[in-house]
Amino acid sequence: MTTHPTRTALRLLFDFVGAIEVFNLSSIDTLNPVSPQAAAITRLFLGVLVILAVIFVLVSGLVVYAIVRYRERPGSSMPRQLAGSRKLEFLWTAVPIGLLATVFVFTAKTMRAANPKKGTRPADLLVVGHQWWWEVKYLKSGVITANEIHLPVGKAVLIQLEAADVIHDFWVPQLGRKIDAIPGHTNYLWLRADRPGVYSGICAEFCGTEHAWMRFEVVVQSPEEFTAWEQAQLKIPQPPSEPEALAGMKLFNELTCVNCHRLAGTRANQTAGPDLTHLAQRRMLAGGAAVNNPQTLAEWLKDPDRIKPGSNMPNFHLSDAQVRALVAYLETTK
Amino acid sequence: MKGHEFTEGIAGLVGERERVGWFSHEGLLGWVASVDHKQVGLMYIVAAFVFFGLGGIEALLMRIQLAVPNNHFLSPETFNALFTMHGTTMIFFVAMPLLTGFTVYLVPLMIGARDVAFPRLNAMSFWLTLFAGLMLYFSFFAGGAPSAGWFSYTPLSEAAFSLRSGQDYWILSLIVAGIGTVAGAINIIVTVVTLRAEGMTMKRLPLFVWMNFVNAFLMLFALPVLNAALVMLLIDRQLHAHFFTPASGGSALLWQHYFWAFGHPEVYIVILPAFGMISEIIPVFSRKPIFGYEFVAASTVAIAFLSFTVWAHHMFAVGLGHIANLFFAVASMSIAVPTGVKIFNWTATMYGGQLRFTTAMKFAVAFIVMFTIGGLSGVSFAVVPIDWQLTDTYYLVAHMHYVLFGGTVLASFAGIYYWFPKFSGRLLSERLGSWHFWLTFVGLNLTFFIQHILGMMGMPRRVFTYPALPYWAAFNMLSTIGAFVLLIAMLVFLYNVVMSLRYGETAGDNPWDAWTLEWATTSPPPVENFVRIPPIHGRRPLWDLAHPELADELGKVDA
Ligand code: HEC
Ligand SMILES: [Cu+2]
Ligand SMILES: [Cu+2]
Repeated sequence: MTTHPTRTALRLLFDFVGAIEVFNLSSIDTLNPVSPQAAAITRLFLGVLVILAVIFVLVSGLVVYAIVRYRERPGSSMPRQLAGSRKLEFLWTAVPIGLLATVFVFTAKTMRAANPKKGTRPADLLVVGHQWWWEVKYLKSGVITANEIHLPVGKAVLIQLEAADVIHDFWVPQLGRKIDAIPGHTNYLWLRADRPGVYSGICAEFCGTEHAWMRFEVVVQSPEEFTAWEQAQLKIPQPPSEPEALAGMKLFNELTCVNCHRLAGTRANQTAGPDLTHLAQRRMLAGGAAVNNPQTLAEWLKDPDRIKPGSNMPNFHLSDAQVRALVAYLETTK
Repeated sequence: MKGHEFTEGIAGLVGERERVGWFSHEGLLGWVASVDHKQVGLMYIVAAFVFFGLGGIEALLMRIQLAVPNNHFLSPETFNALFTMHGTTMIFFVAMPLLTGFTVYLVPLMIGARDVAFPRLNAMSFWLTLFAGLMLYFSFFAGGAPSAGWFSYTPLSEAAFSLRSGQDYWILSLIVAGIGTVAGAINIIVTVVTLRAEGMTMKRLPLFVWMNFVNAFLMLFALPVLNAALVMLLIDRQLHAHFFTPASGGSALLWQHYFWAFGHPEVYIVILPAFGMISEIIPVFSRKPIFGYEFVAASTVAIAFLSFTVWAHHMFAVGLGHIANLFFAVASMSIAVPTGVKIFNWTATMYGGQLRFTTAMKFAVAFIVMFTIGGLSGVSFAVVPIDWQLTDTYYLVAHMHYVLFGGTVLASFAGIYYWFPKFSGRLLSERLGSWHFWLTFVGLNLTFFIQHILGMMGMPRRVFTYPALPYWAAFNMLSTIGAFVLLIAMLVFLYNVVMSLRYGETAGDNPWDAWTLEWATTSPPPVENFVRIPPIHGRRPLWDLAHPELADELGKVDA
């Protein structure tokens, strides 16, 4: 999180120059769809953008022409006191109505393509928004994880979306529409990605203190890789043999961690915090507030507020030895 | 004064002898005790600018925090409180009182009345608004400002998730301001209906009056919806009811329906009076009558009706269902038509005219172009699938600032430069005005245009910081620089006002050679406005007086 100020300044400068010289359209997520749903929206968006741009050029062109042509000049005579024209009024009422009707037809069409009906099929995946992390549960295989969704490439997956506390919003710009996760109201969303890769997602509805760090990632893999991942996730970790990790396991059970978290194979089975079973395999920590590695994990356990101030993970004021033990343990539960 | 409370309503009709007592005070008390619509109007405007300063500081703090990724300048809680206060302040304590100030100052003058229909009610509306704003800001000292956003979605704004009393201050403050607004709306409606001078028929009303008349109905119907919802939220928080708490059987979404049933009309409440100002200023500096008077007026009525049928376009991401989404898409798109009619009529007014580029005219013309950007990006939100992608992102932040800053604020500055001589008797400096205009124009576009792209890149609104993704840092820095250009612009404006109040050129009654009735009296006007009202035979009484050979003939306006 902390970078040297001069390096930051330099990078900013490069960013600026880069932005002017070769602004790379591929960094605009909503214009680089990876699913049929998102592609349908992108097509519609580009079409509408062209129409809007034409109207803008027309209006500002008319204004600029008026500014240049009708500027008051010395000695010019009194302008004609023209007060209106019914023909013109008709024209600029009827033409926009026609345009909007056209846009509406495409809107209605795209709505179905971008948000296919759920049908009667049961959901594949349960995603629950929490302040400020995402619980993820594969309903068929039983895999439970957090802030990271793995998908086999090209396969449409039906998500059942819920919220545990306040309203959140599930959004992966490259994969399609956003949709609210609402307490007491279940929503469904088809998720699909046609190219392997990692797509970043974020909570898009303001949900309190750490709304900014409620990011998640969608990891899209080949079917084989996905199956391998699923199998690995289902493995129940064995108690470690190494003494430090063993001490960590003891601590994990003694401290109140078990009241909030789940870790398969232990008595920890709660959903107030993210599942920790295969934490070490995950790419990021605390909803994207840090990348996940033993150092950041130690920092997190030492003082969660330093990484994500205001999160619901308490500071236990652990000693360095306790932190080392817990990290050692959580790194073995892969 | 005993016994007059009950006849307050006719004070505007008969009042001078009775009410003279109110004006005998000098100095500060003369203002505090005043029920004169001009003094009340100016107090609204001054109060709005004080809050504009506060809201602006909040915005700058946020832009500093967002200038670089992973910044720690502000804590997340502080940032959240700042955008909540910024939004609430700008809507309820800047846009509304600023426009209301123009309205209560100008409407009686423009219709040839001596005051509004209920002068004391008018003063009450102002003081309610001012104290509501002070109450909101008092929350800073009473345990922390509210931080659930200006639309305070439930259940986040409920006691379980927003512990601080700031949320209660927010509720109470908006209830109080809402009462003041409704009272003010009734006042304007009655004033326009009953106090028009002889000859000032509804068809001859200046468009500024027309739009405020329509706007008063919008306020009258929209604000009570908000106030009812606020009371319910307060009952939830303080008396443990469950209107909006899903955990105990309430509905999280009900609040959103209530809020936006108010909130969309509110968007027009803070733009219609601005439309009104533009509709006065552009014709005067084009030396021509407004193009298509009836169509500009009628499209206002159409907008007002439609604005009550589109609220759920703020809720497309909620998952309301296909049919509901289709309905609200059609309704939202159709509101673009009457808005477009206005834009084309303003533009057409300039054609064939002799444009005088005073500062007021510069702001007014810039308004047309900037508001068009905001209006067009607004259309993209009516296209449901685009909304699904871009709502709650910086694209939306850009959109609403082109509407509110590019629209309401630019129009208000046009209005200030145009009517300042009437308010104060002195002209604002045109040289400083030009600086003010160009800095505002550049700053506005620098700050907000790039935010469209940030939104399309996936940057959500209301995040206190963001990761260093490609270009995010550069674009946010650009936006922050723009915000500081705007700060300089505002300082130039402030300097202009201070200097011009003292040393400005004397304005005279009618410095712009304008034609509505406020220019028929002295600058500033005397207590009861007019010594004598000129004859009113058309929409431009002073023009008719000055150019009898070119006098407007009603009905013969078509090309
Ligand atoms: C009061 C409930 C609570 C207790 C007790 C608790 N945690 Fe947490 N923990 C959380 C929450 C909530 C989060 C998610 C924070 C966030 O990202 O906003 C979290 C996150 C974490 C994470 C990061 C997970 C991820 O995917 O980012 C780790 C690791 C963790 N906790 C370990 C522990 C350990 C070890 C203990 C015991 C010493 C413990 N927690 C005790 C609530 C708790
Ligand atoms: Cu969230
Ligand atoms: Cu709206």
